[in-house]
Amino acid sequence: MKVSVKYFASIREAIGQSGELVQTQAATVGALRDELIVRGGAYAQSLARGKLVRVAVAQVMRDDTAALEEGCEVAFFPPVTGG
Amino acid sequence: MAAPRVSIQHDDFDLAKECEQLRAGDDGVGAVCSFVGTVRGSGDVSAMELEHYPGMTEKAIEAMVDEANRRFDIRGVRVIHRIGELKPGDQIVMVAVTSAHRHESFEACEFLMDYLKTQAPFWKKEHTPQGAQWVDARSSDDEALKRWGIEARNG
Repeated sequence: MKVSVKYFASIREAIGQSGELVQTQAATVGALRDELIVRGGAYAQSLARGKLVRVAVAQVMRDDTAALEEGCEVAFFPPVTGG
Repeated sequence: MAAPRVSIQHDDFDLAKECEQLRAGDDGVGAVCSFVGTVRGSGDVSAMELEHYPGMTEKAIEAMVDEANRRFDIRGVRVIHRIGELKPGDQIVMVAVTSAHRHESFEACEFLMDYLKTQAPFWKKEHTPQGAQWVDARSSDDEALKRWGIEARNG
């Protein structure tokens, strides 16, 4: 399936784009993150396991177990620092 | 038309005006509690840049306001968060809450700020003569939210 992936803040800067359409076999956010890590380079560095990366699916904060659906919006970003 | 509960904007805000609007026409209000966060002038930070996740930011804060309404006996809420480039001393965020009695609006105001700090998708970047740097999340903000029985999972 295809999902719309967005990146923010330091992850957006490292990867060099704010979003992309990704063709994936992943059923969950965690599996999608692993697929992106396999690409290597900035993906592997900025999404590395052990790094604090937060995820949202359909614009709601979720964890790695969240299920993906065709066409859904997934976002990866560092811990938030507003307020 | 009633003012929106949540605004994300580049422009500055006027706390007094917002509070006045919030309680206008509601004579059941006996307390107005507000908080304003400003850009701290620390070290050689010349400017602060605020990025956010358009769409999700508004949804996340609306959900927080709904949660505050479930938890506290409050009458009105107004949240404004600025984005873009800000300078030391500038206002960043305001939360104002009205209630019949002071206790509920004090608590709801603090709850909303604790929630916003760890659950709303904003990111701060500091500019200094040495370059720009993303601000790290603070684990103390996670602790603050835990007080309300919510696991933040941010820092």
